[in-house]
Amino acid sequence: MGLTLAEKILSKRAGRLVRAGELVVVEVDQVMVVDSIAGSFFKRLEQLQATPRFPEKVAIVIDHVAPAANVEVAKAQKEIREWGNRYGCRVFDVGRGICHQVLVEERLALPGGIVLGSDSHSTTYGGIACFGSGMGATDIALAAASGRTWLRVPETVKVTFKGRLAPGVTAKDAALEMVRVLTADGATYMSIEMHLKDGAEALTRSQRLTLANLTVEAGAKCGLVVPSGEILELYEIPDWLYPDPDATYAKEVEIDLAALTPRISVPFYVDNVEEVARVRGKRVDQVFVGTCTNGRLDDLHEVAAILKGRKVAPGVRMLVIPASSQVLEAAAADGTLLTLLQAGATLGTPGCGPCMGRHQGVLAPGEVCVSTSNRNFKGRMGAADAEIYLASPRVAAASAVAGYITTPEELPGA
Amino acid sequence: MPRVWKFGDSINTDDILPGKYAPFMVGEDKFHTYAFAHLRPDFAPNYQPGDILVAGKNTGLGSSREYAPEALRKLGLKAIIAKSYARIFYRNLVNLGIMPFEAPEVVDALQDGDVVELDFEQGVLRRGAETFRLRPPPDFLLEALKEGSILEYYRKYGRFPGESSGG
Repeated sequence: MGLTLAEKILSKRAGRLVRAGELVVVEVDQVMVVDSIAGSFFKRLEQLQATPRFPEKVAIVIDHVAPAANVEVAKAQKEIREWGNRYGCRVFDVGRGICHQVLVEERLALPGGIVLGSDSHSTTYGGIACFGSGMGATDIALAAASGRTWLRVPETVKVTFKGRLAPGVTAKDAALEMVRVLTADGATYMSIEMHLKDGAEALTRSQRLTLANLTVEAGAKCGLVVPSGEILELYEIPDWLYPDPDATYAKEVEIDLAALTPRISVPFYVDNVEEVARVRGKRVDQVFVGTCTNGRLDDLHEVAAILKGRKVAPGVRMLVIPASSQVLEAAAADGTLLTLLQAGATLGTPGCGPCMGRHQGVLAPGEVCVSTSNRNFKGRMGAADAEIYLASPRVAAASAVAGYITTPEELPGA
Repeated sequence: MPRVWKFGDSINTDDILPGKYAPFMVGEDKFHTYAFAHLRPDFAPNYQPGDILVAGKNTGLGSSREYAPEALRKLGLKAIIAKSYARIFYRNLVNLGIMPFEAPEVVDALQDGDVVELDFEQGVLRRGAETFRLRPPPDFLLEALKEGSILEYYRKYGRFPGESSGG
Protein backbone atom coordinates (compact mmCIF):
# COMPACT_ATOMS: atom_id res chain seq x y z
CA MET A 1 0.00 0.00 0.00
CA GLY A 2 1.50 3.31 -1.08
CA LEU A 3 1.90 6.63 0.68
CA THR A 4 0.23 9.98 0.18
CA LEU A 5 2.34 13.11 -0.23
CA ALA A 6 1.77 14.10 3.41
CA GLU A 7 2.81 10.60 4.54
CA LYS A 8 5.90 10.85 2.31
CA ILE A 9 7.01 14.15 3.81
CA LEU A 10 6.36 13.12 7.41
CA SER A 11 7.94 9.65 6.91
CA LYS A 12 11.05 11.21 5.41
CA ARG A 13 11.33 13.56 8.37
CA ALA A 14 10.50 10.98 11.04
CA GLY A 15 13.09 8.61 9.58
CA ARG A 16 10.58 5.79 9.52
CA LEU A 17 7.47 4.86 7.62
CA VAL A 18 4.44 6.56 9.12
CA ARG A 19 0.82 6.38 8.09
CA ALA A 20 -2.38 8.31 8.67
CA GLY A 21 -3.51 8.19 12.29
CA GLU A 22 -0.05 7.83 13.87
CA LEU A 23 1.37 10.54 16.09
CA VAL A 24 4.81 11.77 15.11
CA VAL A 25 7.22 14.28 16.54
CA VAL A 26 9.22 15.85 13.72
CA GLU A 27 11.83 18.54 13.24
CA VAL A 28 10.59 21.67 11.52
CA ASP A 29 12.51 23.75 8.98
CA GLN A 30 11.01 27.10 9.76
CA VAL A 31 8.83 28.59 12.46
CA MET A 32 6.94 31.66 11.29
CA VAL A 33 5.51 34.18 13.75
CA VAL A 34 3.28 37.10 12.79
CA ASP A 35 3.15 40.44 14.58
CA SER A 36 -0.34 39.96 15.99
CA ILE A 37 0.63 36.93 18.08
CA ALA A 38 4.28 37.76 18.77
CA GLY A 39 3.44 39.02 22.29
CA SER A 40 1.74 35.72 23.15
CA PHE A 41 4.69 33.85 21.60
CA PHE A 42 7.23 35.70 23.77
CA LYS A 43 5.13 35.06 26.89
CA ARG A 44 4.94 31.32 26.14
CA LEU A 45 8.72 31.13 25.69
CA GLU A 46 9.17 32.86 29.04
CA GLN A 47 6.81 30.35 30.60
CA LEU A 48 8.93 27.58 29.09
CA GLN A 49 12.07 29.35 30.32
CA ALA A 50 13.38 28.80 26.82
CA THR A 51 14.89 30.69 23.90
CA PRO A 52 14.78 29.69 20.22
CA ARG A 53 16.78 26.50 19.81
CA PHE A 54 17.70 27.37 16.22
CA PRO A 55 17.39 31.16 15.85
CA GLU A 56 17.89 30.95 12.07
CA LYS A 57 14.77 28.81 11.87
CA VAL A 58 12.53 31.43 13.45
CA ALA A 59 11.21 34.37 11.42
CA ILE A 60 8.87 37.12 12.56
CA VAL A 61 6.90 39.04 9.97
CA ILE A 62 5.28 42.39 10.71
CA ASP A 63 2.34 42.24 8.33
CA HIS A 64 -1.02 41.96 10.10
CA VAL A 65 -1.10 45.63 11.12
CA ALA A 66 1.66 47.28 9.12
CA PRO A 67 2.43 50.08 9.65
CA ALA A 68 1.19 50.27 13.24
CA ALA A 69 -2.34 51.62 13.67
CA ASN A 70 -2.16 52.67 17.32
CA VAL A 71 0.18 52.91 20.29
CA GLU A 72 -0.53 49.36 21.55
CA VAL A 73 0.48 47.94 18.16
CA ALA A 74 3.49 50.23 17.88
CA LYS A 75 4.72 49.01 21.28
CA ALA A 76 4.22 45.38 20.29
CA GLN A 77 6.15 45.89 17.05
CA LYS A 78 8.98 47.68 18.82
CA GLU A 79 9.29 44.67 21.12
CA ILE A 80 9.45 42.37 18.07
CA ARG A 81 12.42 44.27 16.63
CA GLU A 82 14.25 44.25 19.97
CA TRP A 83 13.53 40.57 20.53
CA GLY A 84 14.73 39.66 17.02
CA ASN A 85 18.00 41.50 17.62
CA ARG A 86 18.47 39.91 21.02
CA TYR A 87 18.04 36.31 19.82
CA GLY A 88 19.31 36.59 16.26
CA CYS A 89 15.98 35.79 14.62
CA ARG A 90 14.98 37.34 11.30
CA VAL A 91 12.43 40.13 11.45
CA PHE A 92 10.73 41.17 8.22
CA ASP A 93 9.62 44.70 8.99
CA VAL A 94 6.78 46.95 7.85
CA GLY A 95 6.43 46.94 4.08
CA ARG A 96 8.27 43.72 3.30
CA GLY A 97 4.95 41.96 2.82
CA ILE A 98 2.61 39.20 3.90
CA CYS A 99 4.26 36.38 5.83
CA HIS A 100 3.41 33.57 3.40
CA GLN A 101 4.51 35.48 0.32
CA VAL A 102 7.72 36.58 2.07
CA LEU A 103 8.65 33.05 3.17
CA VAL A 104 8.24 31.76 -0.39
CA GLU A 105 10.20 34.67 -1.88
CA GLU A 106 12.99 34.28 0.68
CA ARG A 107 13.11 30.53 0.03
CA LEU A 108 12.50 29.82 3.72
CA ALA A 109 9.64 27.58 2.59
CA LEU A 110 10.86 24.94 0.15
CA PRO A 111 9.45 21.78 -1.46
CA GLY A 112 9.50 18.78 0.87
CA GLY A 113 10.08 20.98 3.93
CA ILE A 114 7.96 21.50 7.03
CA VAL A 115 6.97 25.05 7.96
CA LEU A 116 4.76 25.94 10.92
CA GLY A 117 3.16 29.33 10.97
CA SER A 118 1.18 31.23 13.58
CA ASP A 119 -1.36 31.96 10.88
CA SER A 120 -4.00 29.57 9.62
CA HIS A 121 -3.19 30.28 5.98
CA SER A 122 0.22 28.64 6.42
CA THR A 123 -1.27 25.92 4.21
CA THR A 124 -0.19 28.26 1.38
CA TYR A 125 3.31 26.71 1.32
CA GLY A 126 1.69 23.54 0.01
CA GLY A 127 1.52 25.28 -3.36
CA ILE A 128 5.20 24.37 -3.70
CA ALA A 129 4.73 20.98 -1.98
CA CYS A 130 6.02 22.24 1.36
CA PHE A 131 4.14 20.86 4.38
CA GLY A 132 2.80 24.14 5.77
CA SER A 133 0.42 24.20 8.69
CA GLY A 134 -1.02 26.84 10.96
CA MET A 135 -0.91 26.63 14.75
CA GLY A 136 -1.52 28.80 17.79
CA ALA A 137 1.02 30.68 19.90
CA THR A 138 1.69 27.80 22.30
CA ASP A 139 2.46 25.27 19.57
CA ILE A 140 4.59 27.83 17.76
CA ALA A 141 6.54 28.65 20.94
CA LEU A 142 7.11 24.94 21.61
CA ALA A 143 8.36 24.51 18.05
CA ALA A 144 10.76 27.46 18.45
CA ALA A 145 12.02 26.15 21.79
CA SER A 146 12.42 22.52 20.75
CA GLY A 147 12.91 22.71 16.99
CA ARG A 148 10.15 20.10 16.76
CA THR A 149 6.41 19.67 16.79
CA TRP A 150 3.91 16.87 17.28
CA LEU A 151 1.52 16.00 14.52
CA ARG A 152 -1.08 13.38 13.86
CA VAL A 153 -0.27 12.05 10.40
CA PRO A 154 -3.31 13.21 8.44
CA GLU A 155 -5.66 11.26 6.26
CA THR A 156 -5.77 12.68 2.77
CA VAL A 157 -8.44 14.00 0.45
CA LYS A 158 -7.36 13.80 -3.18
CA VAL A 159 -8.55 16.67 -5.37
CA THR A 160 -7.81 16.32 -9.07
CA PHE A 161 -7.96 19.48 -11.16
CA LYS A 162 -8.11 18.55 -14.83
CA GLY A 163 -8.01 20.54 -18.02
CA ARG A 164 -7.11 24.14 -18.75
CA LEU A 165 -8.91 27.07 -17.19
CA ALA A 166 -11.47 28.52 -19.57
CA PRO A 167 -10.91 32.18 -20.58
CA GLY A 168 -12.09 34.50 -17.80
CA VAL A 169 -11.77 31.80 -15.14
CA THR A 170 -8.95 31.82 -12.59
CA ALA A 171 -7.23 29.70 -9.96
CA LYS A 172 -9.28 31.58 -7.35
CA ASP A 173 -12.47 30.26 -8.94
CA ALA A 174 -11.00 26.76 -8.86
CA ALA A 175 -10.06 27.19 -5.19
CA LEU A 176 -13.52 28.47 -4.24
CA GLU A 177 -15.10 25.59 -6.14
CA MET A 178 -12.93 23.15 -4.17
CA VAL A 179 -14.11 24.67 -0.88
CA ARG A 180 -17.73 24.53 -2.05
CA VAL A 181 -17.44 20.86 -2.99
CA LEU A 182 -15.59 19.81 0.17
CA THR A 183 -17.46 22.21 2.55
CA ALA A 184 -15.95 24.11 5.48
CA ASP A 185 -15.24 20.99 7.53
CA GLY A 186 -14.91 18.46 4.71
CA ALA A 187 -11.17 18.08 5.20
CA THR A 188 -10.82 18.79 8.94
CA TYR A 189 -7.61 17.25 10.36
CA MET A 190 -6.74 16.11 6.82
CA SER A 191 -4.29 16.85 4.07
CA ILE A 192 -5.71 17.98 0.74
CA GLU A 193 -3.52 16.59 -2.01
CA MET A 194 -4.02 18.41 -5.29
CA HIS A 195 -3.24 16.62 -8.56
CA LEU A 196 -3.06 18.65 -11.77
CA LYS A 197 -3.62 16.82 -15.04
CA ASP A 198 -4.69 17.15 -18.69
CA GLY A 199 -3.40 20.71 -18.99
CA ALA A 200 -3.83 21.83 -15.39
CA GLU A 201 -0.08 21.27 -14.90
CA ALA A 202 0.29 24.67 -16.55
CA LEU A 203 -0.85 26.39 -13.34
CA THR A 204 1.93 28.68 -12.15
CA ARG A 205 3.48 28.86 -8.69
CA SER A 206 1.33 31.85 -7.89
CA GLN A 207 -1.85 30.01 -8.89
CA ARG A 208 -0.82 26.94 -6.90
CA LEU A 209 -0.26 29.14 -3.83
CA THR A 210 -3.83 30.42 -4.26
CA LEU A 211 -5.17 26.85 -4.34
CA ALA A 212 -3.20 25.79 -1.26
CA ASN A 213 -4.13 29.00 0.58
CA LEU A 214 -7.85 28.17 0.45
CA THR A 215 -7.46 24.54 1.62
CA VAL A 216 -7.66 25.65 5.26
CA GLU A 217 -11.16 26.95 4.49
CA ALA A 218 -12.14 23.29 4.08
CA GLY A 219 -10.54 22.60 7.46
CA ALA A 220 -7.32 21.10 6.14
CA LYS A 221 -4.12 20.68 8.14
CA CYS A 222 -2.12 21.13 4.95
CA GLY A 223 -2.84 21.43 1.23
CA LEU A 224 -0.17 20.00 -1.03
CA VAL A 225 0.00 20.46 -4.80
CA VAL A 226 1.87 17.59 -6.44
CA PRO A 227 4.93 19.14 -8.15
CA SER A 228 4.74 19.61 -11.91
CA GLY A 229 5.08 22.31 -14.57
CA GLU A 230 6.74 25.54 -13.46
CA ILE A 231 7.59 24.10 -10.04
CA LEU A 232 10.04 21.68 -11.67
CA GLU A 233 11.87 24.65 -13.21
CA LEU A 234 11.89 26.80 -10.07
CA TYR A 235 12.99 24.13 -7.60
CA GLU A 236 14.95 20.93 -7.46
CA ILE A 237 12.31 18.36 -6.64
CA PRO A 238 13.62 15.16 -5.03
CA ASP A 239 12.43 11.83 -6.47
CA TRP A 240 10.58 10.90 -3.29
CA LEU A 241 8.42 14.04 -3.23
CA TYR A 242 5.49 12.48 -5.10
CA PRO A 243 2.57 10.44 -3.80
CA ASP A 244 2.57 6.72 -4.65
CA PRO A 245 0.07 5.70 -7.34
CA ASP A 246 -1.53 3.23 -4.90
CA ALA A 247 -1.78 5.66 -1.97
CA THR A 248 -4.94 5.46 0.13
CA TYR A 249 -7.35 8.40 0.17
CA ALA A 250 -10.24 9.14 2.50
CA LYS A 251 -12.11 10.85 -0.30
CA GLU A 252 -11.53 11.70 -3.97
CA VAL A 253 -12.92 14.67 -5.85
CA GLU A 254 -12.42 15.85 -9.44
CA ILE A 255 -12.83 19.42 -10.68
CA ASP A 256 -12.94 20.12 -14.40
CA LEU A 257 -11.23 23.47 -14.94
CA ALA A 258 -12.41 23.73 -18.54
CA ALA A 259 -16.05 23.60 -17.43
CA LEU A 260 -15.67 26.02 -14.50
CA THR A 261 -17.30 29.46 -14.41
CA PRO A 262 -16.42 32.48 -12.22
CA ARG A 263 -17.23 31.86 -8.57
CA ILE A 264 -17.98 34.09 -5.59
CA SER A 265 -18.25 33.31 -1.90
CA VAL A 266 -21.30 34.94 -0.36
CA PRO A 267 -21.53 36.13 3.29
CA PHE A 268 -20.99 34.86 5.89
CA TYR A 269 -19.16 31.58 5.20
CA VAL A 270 -16.41 30.78 2.75
CA ASP A 271 -18.01 27.55 1.53
CA ASN A 272 -21.15 29.50 0.61
CA VAL A 273 -19.98 29.62 -3.01
CA GLU A 274 -22.15 30.65 -5.95
CA GLU A 275 -21.68 31.44 -9.63
CA VAL A 276 -20.98 35.17 -9.98
CA ALA A 277 -24.01 35.33 -12.28
CA ARG A 278 -26.24 34.51 -9.29
CA VAL A 279 -25.33 37.69 -7.39
CA ARG A 280 -24.64 39.96 -10.36
CA GLY A 281 -25.90 43.50 -9.76
CA LYS A 282 -25.26 43.64 -6.02
CA ARG A 283 -24.18 47.21 -5.13
CA VAL A 284 -20.55 47.56 -3.96
CA ASP A 285 -18.96 50.18 -1.66
CA GLN A 286 -15.40 48.90 -1.50
CA VAL A 287 -13.19 46.61 -3.56
CA PHE A 288 -10.05 45.15 -2.03
CA VAL A 289 -7.38 43.46 -4.13
CA GLY A 290 -4.57 41.88 -2.16
CA THR A 291 -3.81 39.33 0.61
CA CYS A 292 -1.95 36.03 0.72
CA THR A 293 -4.64 34.60 -1.57
CA ASN A 294 -4.46 37.07 -4.46
CA GLY A 295 -1.95 39.89 -3.95
CA ARG A 296 0.74 38.69 -6.34
CA LEU A 297 2.03 40.20 -9.58
CA ASP A 298 -0.16 38.08 -11.86
CA ASP A 299 -3.19 39.16 -9.83
CA LEU A 300 -2.29 42.84 -10.27
CA HIS A 301 -1.77 42.21 -13.98
CA GLU A 302 -5.28 40.76 -14.27
CA VAL A 303 -6.70 43.80 -12.52
CA ALA A 304 -4.71 46.24 -14.66
CA ALA A 305 -5.85 44.54 -17.87
CA ILE A 306 -9.46 45.22 -16.87
CA LEU A 307 -8.92 48.73 -15.48
CA LYS A 308 -6.88 49.93 -18.47
CA GLY A 309 -8.74 52.82 -20.07
CA ARG A 310 -11.56 52.56 -17.54
CA LYS A 311 -12.42 54.28 -14.25
CA VAL A 312 -13.48 52.99 -10.89
CA ALA A 313 -17.20 53.80 -10.50
CA PRO A 314 -18.07 56.96 -8.51
CA GLY A 315 -18.73 56.12 -4.87
CA VAL A 316 -16.58 52.97 -4.93
CA ARG A 317 -13.29 52.80 -3.04
CA MET A 318 -10.77 50.55 -4.74
CA LEU A 319 -7.87 49.45 -2.52
CA VAL A 320 -4.90 47.60 -3.94
CA ILE A 321 -2.35 46.16 -1.54
CA PRO A 322 0.50 44.16 -3.09
CA ALA A 323 1.45 40.99 -1.21
CA SER A 324 5.09 41.97 -0.87
CA SER A 325 7.72 44.62 -1.57
CA GLN A 326 8.95 42.50 -4.50
CA VAL A 327 5.46 42.45 -6.00
CA LEU A 328 5.15 46.20 -5.48
CA GLU A 329 8.52 46.88 -7.08
CA ALA A 330 7.78 44.67 -10.09
CA ALA A 331 4.35 46.28 -10.55
CA ALA A 332 5.99 49.71 -10.42
CA ALA A 333 8.67 48.74 -12.92
CA ASP A 334 6.30 47.31 -15.53
CA GLY A 335 3.75 50.13 -15.43
CA THR A 336 0.98 48.16 -13.74
CA LEU A 337 0.74 50.62 -10.86
CA LEU A 338 0.25 53.58 -13.17
CA THR A 339 -2.67 51.84 -14.87
CA LEU A 340 -4.27 51.11 -11.49
CA LEU A 341 -3.77 54.67 -10.24
CA GLN A 342 -5.07 56.24 -13.45
CA ALA A 343 -8.23 54.19 -13.07
CA GLY A 344 -8.73 55.61 -9.59
CA ALA A 345 -7.40 52.81 -7.38
CA THR A 346 -5.44 53.65 -4.25
CA LEU A 347 -2.38 51.79 -2.95
CA GLY A 348 -1.58 50.42 0.51
CA THR A 349 1.59 49.21 2.22
CA PRO A 350 2.41 45.56 1.39
CA GLY A 351 0.84 43.49 4.16
CA CYS A 352 -2.51 42.02 5.16
CA GLY A 353 -4.40 45.33 4.82
CA PRO A 354 -8.03 45.36 5.98
CA CYS A 355 -8.48 41.57 5.63
CA MET A 356 -9.14 41.12 9.36
CA GLY A 357 -10.74 44.48 9.99
CA ARG A 358 -8.01 46.25 11.93
CA HIS A 359 -7.04 49.15 9.69
CA GLN A 360 -6.64 50.44 6.11
CA GLY A 361 -10.20 49.93 4.93
CA VAL A 362 -12.50 48.89 7.77
CA LEU A 363 -16.16 48.62 6.68
CA ALA A 364 -19.06 50.70 8.03
CA PRO A 365 -22.43 49.15 8.95
CA GLY A 366 -24.33 47.95 5.91
CA GLU A 367 -21.39 48.32 3.51
CA VAL A 368 -20.55 45.75 0.85
CA CYS A 369 -17.01 44.78 -0.09
CA VAL A 370 -15.76 42.56 -2.88
CA SER A 371 -12.45 41.18 -1.69
CA THR A 372 -9.85 38.86 -3.20
CA SER A 373 -9.10 37.54 0.30
CA ASN A 374 -10.08 34.26 1.90
CA ARG A 375 -12.60 34.92 4.68
CA ASN A 376 -16.02 36.55 4.79
CA PHE A 377 -17.08 35.77 8.35
CA LYS A 378 -19.54 38.11 10.02
CA GLY A 379 -17.82 41.27 11.20
CA ARG A 380 -14.39 40.24 9.95
CA MET A 381 -13.60 43.47 8.10
CA GLY A 382 -15.37 45.82 10.49
CA ALA A 383 -19.05 46.33 11.27
CA ALA A 384 -20.94 43.16 12.15
CA ASP A 385 -23.45 43.56 9.35
CA ALA A 386 -21.00 44.61 6.63
CA GLU A 387 -20.90 42.07 3.82
CA ILE A 388 -17.79 40.56 2.28
CA TYR A 389 -17.93 38.76 -1.07
CA LEU A 390 -14.83 36.73 -1.95
CA ALA A 391 -13.89 36.60 -5.61
CA SER A 392 -11.03 36.61 -8.11
CA PRO A 393 -9.04 39.75 -8.95
CA ARG A 394 -10.86 39.86 -12.33
CA VAL A 395 -14.30 39.92 -10.73
CA ALA A 396 -13.07 42.41 -8.12
CA ALA A 397 -11.76 44.77 -10.83
CA ALA A 398 -14.90 44.50 -12.94
CA SER A 399 -17.09 45.14 -9.90
CA ALA A 400 -15.06 48.26 -9.07
CA VAL A 401 -15.67 49.63 -12.55
CA ALA A 402 -19.36 48.75 -12.59
CA GLY A 403 -20.15 49.71 -8.98
CA TYR A 404 -21.92 46.38 -8.61
CA ILE A 405 -20.85 42.74 -8.64
CA THR A 406 -20.12 41.54 -12.15
CA THR A 407 -17.57 39.86 -14.42
CA PRO A 408 -15.36 41.74 -16.92
CA GLU A 409 -17.21 40.03 -19.76
CA GLU A 410 -20.48 41.59 -18.61
CA LEU A 411 -19.14 45.16 -18.34
CA PRO A 412 -20.89 47.68 -20.59
CA GLY A 413 -18.85 48.01 -23.75
CA ALA A 414 -16.90 44.81 -23.10
CA MET B 1 -23.89 26.50 39.78
CA PRO B 2 -22.49 26.71 36.24
CA ARG B 3 -24.86 27.42 33.39
CA VAL B 4 -24.78 26.45 29.73
CA TRP B 5 -24.10 29.05 27.04
CA LYS B 6 -25.29 27.40 23.86
CA PHE B 7 -24.19 28.40 20.37
CA GLY B 8 -24.96 26.95 16.95
CA ASP B 9 -22.79 25.39 14.23
CA SER B 10 -19.66 26.98 12.79
CA ILE B 11 -18.87 29.60 15.42
CA ASN B 12 -15.61 30.98 14.08
CA THR B 13 -12.67 32.76 15.64
CA ASP B 14 -13.95 36.11 14.36
CA ASP B 15 -17.14 35.41 16.36
CA ILE B 16 -15.23 34.35 19.46
CA LEU B 17 -12.91 37.34 19.36
CA PRO B 18 -13.11 39.82 16.47
CA GLY B 19 -9.67 40.64 15.07
CA LYS B 20 -9.91 44.30 16.01
CA TYR B 21 -10.04 43.32 19.70
CA ALA B 22 -6.81 41.28 19.65
CA PRO B 23 -4.68 41.83 22.77
CA PHE B 24 -2.09 43.69 20.72
CA MET B 25 -4.80 46.09 19.53
CA VAL B 26 -6.63 46.79 22.80
CA GLY B 27 -4.23 45.60 25.51
CA GLU B 28 -3.66 42.38 27.43
CA ASP B 29 -5.92 43.52 30.26
CA LYS B 30 -9.02 44.16 28.16
CA PHE B 31 -9.26 41.83 25.16
CA HIS B 32 -11.30 39.12 26.90
CA THR B 33 -14.13 41.57 27.61
CA TYR B 34 -14.86 41.53 23.85
CA ALA B 35 -15.52 37.77 23.62
CA PHE B 36 -18.49 37.21 21.28
CA ALA B 37 -18.88 41.02 21.08
CA HIS B 38 -20.69 40.82 17.72
CA LEU B 39 -22.51 37.53 17.98
CA ARG B 40 -23.70 37.66 21.57
CA PRO B 41 -22.94 40.93 23.38
CA ASP B 42 -24.54 39.66 26.62
CA PHE B 43 -21.96 36.88 26.92
CA ALA B 44 -18.81 38.54 28.31
CA PRO B 45 -20.55 40.78 30.90
CA ASN B 46 -22.64 37.89 32.30
CA TYR B 47 -20.33 34.90 31.99
CA GLN B 48 -19.45 33.35 35.37
CA PRO B 49 -16.22 31.33 35.82
CA GLY B 50 -16.96 27.65 35.29
CA ASP B 51 -19.93 28.19 32.97
CA ILE B 52 -19.89 25.67 30.11
CA LEU B 53 -19.76 26.59 26.44
CA VAL B 54 -21.83 24.29 24.22
CA ALA B 55 -21.56 24.50 20.44
CA GLY B 56 -22.38 22.67 17.24
CA LYS B 57 -20.16 21.38 14.47
CA ASN B 58 -16.86 22.79 13.18
CA THR B 59 -16.48 24.88 16.32
CA GLY B 60 -13.65 27.41 16.17
CA LEU B 61 -13.05 27.43 12.43
CA GLY B 62 -10.95 30.21 11.01
CA SER B 63 -7.88 31.93 12.31
CA SER B 64 -5.09 30.38 14.38
CA ARG B 65 -5.41 33.22 16.91
CA GLU B 66 -4.91 31.49 20.25
CA TYR B 67 -6.06 34.66 21.98
CA ALA B 68 -9.64 33.78 20.96
CA PRO B 69 -9.84 30.74 23.27
CA GLU B 70 -7.49 32.58 25.64
CA ALA B 71 -10.14 35.29 26.05
CA LEU B 72 -12.59 32.55 27.07
CA ARG B 73 -10.11 31.08 29.52
CA LYS B 74 -9.49 34.51 30.99
CA LEU B 75 -13.23 34.74 31.64
CA GLY B 76 -12.97 31.42 33.50
CA LEU B 77 -13.88 28.78 30.88
CA LYS B 78 -12.60 25.29 31.63
CA ALA B 79 -14.56 23.12 29.21
CA ILE B 80 -16.34 23.16 25.87
CA ILE B 81 -18.79 20.53 24.66
CA ALA B 82 -19.21 20.56 20.88
CA LYS B 83 -20.33 18.34 18.03
CA SER B 84 -16.95 18.76 16.33
CA TYR B 85 -13.98 21.12 16.27
CA ALA B 86 -11.80 22.84 13.70
CA ARG B 87 -8.25 21.55 13.90
CA ILE B 88 -6.21 24.55 15.07
CA PHE B 89 -8.84 25.58 17.61
CA TYR B 90 -8.81 22.07 19.11
CA ARG B 91 -5.02 22.20 19.59
CA ASN B 92 -5.28 25.68 21.05
CA LEU B 93 -7.90 24.54 23.59
CA VAL B 94 -5.74 21.68 24.76
CA ASN B 95 -2.67 23.91 24.89
CA LEU B 96 -4.54 26.36 27.10
CA GLY B 97 -5.86 23.64 29.38
CA ILE B 98 -9.49 23.99 28.27
CA MET B 99 -11.05 20.53 27.98
CA PRO B 100 -12.57 19.95 24.51
CA PHE B 101 -15.33 17.35 24.83
CA GLU B 102 -16.87 16.02 21.64
CA ALA B 103 -20.42 14.79 22.20
CA PRO B 104 -23.07 15.56 19.55
CA GLU B 105 -25.90 13.87 21.47
CA VAL B 106 -25.15 15.87 24.62
CA VAL B 107 -25.05 19.09 22.62
CA ASP B 108 -28.50 18.32 21.22
CA ALA B 109 -29.86 17.55 24.69
CA LEU B 110 -28.63 20.75 26.35
CA GLN B 111 -30.42 24.10 26.20
CA ASP B 112 -29.07 27.59 26.63
CA GLY B 113 -29.35 28.58 30.28
CA ASP B 114 -29.42 25.00 31.64
CA VAL B 115 -27.87 24.72 35.08
CA VAL B 116 -25.32 21.89 35.07
CA GLU B 117 -22.46 20.33 36.98
CA LEU B 118 -19.39 18.93 35.25
CA ASP B 119 -17.07 16.32 36.74
CA PHE B 120 -13.93 16.58 34.61
CA GLU B 121 -12.15 13.54 36.03
CA GLN B 122 -15.09 11.23 35.47
CA GLY B 123 -16.30 12.92 32.30
CA VAL B 124 -19.81 13.17 33.68
CA LEU B 125 -22.21 16.07 33.19
CA ARG B 126 -25.27 16.39 35.44
CA ARG B 127 -28.45 18.38 34.83
CA GLY B 128 -30.75 17.86 37.80
CA ALA B 129 -31.27 14.12 38.08
CA GLU B 130 -30.04 13.48 34.51
CA THR B 131 -26.46 12.42 33.78
CA PHE B 132 -24.57 12.52 30.49
CA ARG B 133 -21.35 10.66 29.78
CA LEU B 134 -18.60 12.55 27.99
CA ARG B 135 -15.83 10.74 26.12
CA PRO B 136 -12.46 12.07 27.29
CA PRO B 137 -9.90 13.46 24.79
CA PRO B 138 -7.06 11.15 23.53
CA ASP B 139 -4.42 9.88 25.99
CA PHE B 140 -1.67 11.98 24.43
CA LEU B 141 -3.58 15.12 25.32
CA LEU B 142 -4.69 13.92 28.74
CA GLU B 143 -1.06 13.20 29.60
CA ALA B 144 -0.19 16.81 28.80
CA LEU B 145 -3.24 18.15 30.64
CA LYS B 146 -2.21 16.24 33.78
CA GLU B 147 0.73 18.64 34.07
CA GLY B 148 -1.63 21.58 33.62
CA SER B 149 -0.77 22.27 30.00
CA ILE B 150 1.59 21.11 27.29
CA LEU B 151 3.92 24.01 28.14
CA GLU B 152 4.28 22.74 31.70
CA TYR B 153 4.76 19.22 30.38
CA TYR B 154 7.54 20.24 28.01
CA ARG B 155 9.25 22.36 30.63
CA LYS B 156 9.22 19.46 33.10
CA TYR B 157 10.25 16.62 30.76
CA GLY B 158 11.98 18.39 27.86
CA ARG B 159 9.97 16.30 25.40
CA PHE B 160 6.45 15.86 24.07
CA PRO B 161 4.04 13.30 25.54
CA GLY B 162 4.73 9.90 23.99
CA GLU B 163 8.09 11.02 22.55
CA SER B 164 11.10 8.96 23.64
CA SER B 165 13.37 10.99 25.91
CA GLY B 166 16.55 12.59 24.68
CA GLY B 167 14.92 13.85 21.43
